[in-house]
Amino acid sequence: MTSLLFGRDMLARTYRGTVLLVALALLLLAGACGSSKDELILATTTSTQDSGLLDVLVPQFEDQYDYNVKVIAVGSGEALAMGERGDADVLLVHSPGAEQDFMDAGDGINRQPVMHNDFVIVGPADDPAGVADASTAAGAFAAIAEAGAPFISRGDDSGTNARELQVWEAAGIDPAGQSWYEETGQGMGATLQVANQKNGYTLSDRATFLATQDSLDLEVLGEGDARLLNIYHVIQVNPDNFDDLNDQGAADFVGFMVASDTQATIGEFGVDDYGEPLFVPDAGKPEPGS
Amino acid sequence: MDLVWDGIREAVRILITGDEGVWEITFRSLYISGSATAIALVLGIGAGALLAFRRFPGRNLAVTLVNTGMGLPPVVVGLIVAVMLWRSGPFGQLHLIYTPGAMIIAQVVIATPLVTGFSLAALGALPPRLRPQLYALGASRLQMLWLVLIEARLPLFAAIMAGFGAAVSEVGASLMVGGNLAGDTRVLTTAVVLEVSKGNLDVAMALSFILLVLILLVVGVLTTVQQRERRS
Repeated sequence: MTSLLFGRDMLARTYRGTVLLVALALLLLAGACGSSKDELILATTTSTQDSGLLDVLVPQFEDQYDYNVKVIAVGSGEALAMGERGDADVLLVHSPGAEQDFMDAGDGINRQPVMHNDFVIVGPADDPAGVADASTAAGAFAAIAEAGAPFISRGDDSGTNARELQVWEAAGIDPAGQSWYEETGQGMGATLQVANQKNGYTLSDRATFLATQDSLDLEVLGEGDARLLNIYHVIQVNPDNFDDLNDQGAADFVGFMVASDTQATIGEFGVDDYGEPLFVPDAGKPEPGS
Repeated sequence: MDLVWDGIREAVRILITGDEGVWEITFRSLYISGSATAIALVLGIGAGALLAFRRFPGRNLAVTLVNTGMGLPPVVVGLIVAVMLWRSGPFGQLHLIYTPGAMIIAQVVIATPLVTGFSLAALGALPPRLRPQLYALGASRLQMLWLVLIEARLPLFAAIMAGFGAAVSEVGASLMVGGNLAGDTRVLTTAVVLEVSKGNLDVAMALSFILLVLILLVVGVLTTVQQRERRS
């Protein structure tokens, strides 16, 4: 009966082809899942990825240790939340207040300072709010609020966002709901692009700003306030809390980040491209700013 | 406008110089979305045939769900698949999160309702007397299914194109379940997002053009096959 509509051969061919297709699909899926090396999930901030630092450090770490590192770049708030849930093994974050809460709750161990740089207040070159004239970060923010100039916030619970809110608090201003205040909910790079398009001000870590400024018309208008110090810590997620953490890998990563070779690499990172280092290595030194 | 021309120039430059990283993520896009489409075809055609040929209680509800699923927001799919696959989730032990496998799963979920919907339409449009005739001629149930699929193969190509198009162009789910890991789960769409946030707008434009060309090529091949079938 098959010959009525098509040859028997064609039917058989199609049948065989489909069986092959299904088998191939299953094989692909199985192949995509397997990985021989132990995975190590590093939850970190967008600034370490957008600046390109991790593109340098992670391959070095993978050369020295036999792990398959998965770098998940999110805000510090989400990175800490991933640690709380045991969805990451090790964290590289820059939100000291939230980190302290994380440690106090027993979610992390082995917290070490890695490096610092600073936050800068950036905005349009003609500086309509007169931010460059302010002597403190809080004064600069007050000038922006007074002028009603657009301010673009990360609004994503990241370390940068947390710092920005502290500066607003210091200035005695509640920016939430103000017509000139907008939240992107995105990473630093994307937020700088929005500020650029809207001729607005924003608070950025210096590394991301330097790494992306070629595509921006924004300039650094405020810097140097002690309130703008940006400190990165590496934290191992507490292995007592979860069974399936890669705690050896996490401990190795913490050790790698504070090792003198790595610290030297961090101190040199960015000099070739920007004429100045993007980060200052901190391991083994007293807490900067304390 | 400069940005568009810079983007095109950068895309041509990358394609000519054969930048290894770009080829790699292009092939990864093709591999992940191609695998997802293949799996979605098997599931979607099966479900489409069931809905087209069988009458059962709740069938209307199922068809409504399929039609809703054709507009399933990828970011919602991404979140749900991520919550399932995180180490803290019910399938955490499989260690699938942040792998190409996780991205294939998410894209299968996105593409399957599309393939189901298109299959349902294609099979539903066959002459109603075809199946009774095939049975009368002694076809087994499986033979019948193959024969009607071959009969409906032209509109079924549309199902493949729609499924692949949805899978390869989605970004929200891929970011969430894949993590945009260089050399592992970075595909064209997630690379565009990353390059924009890095401020490399020319590279982002170049990757976007490559993605468009990839879709054009795949759909072009499928359309050519489809139209040749129609003529023969």
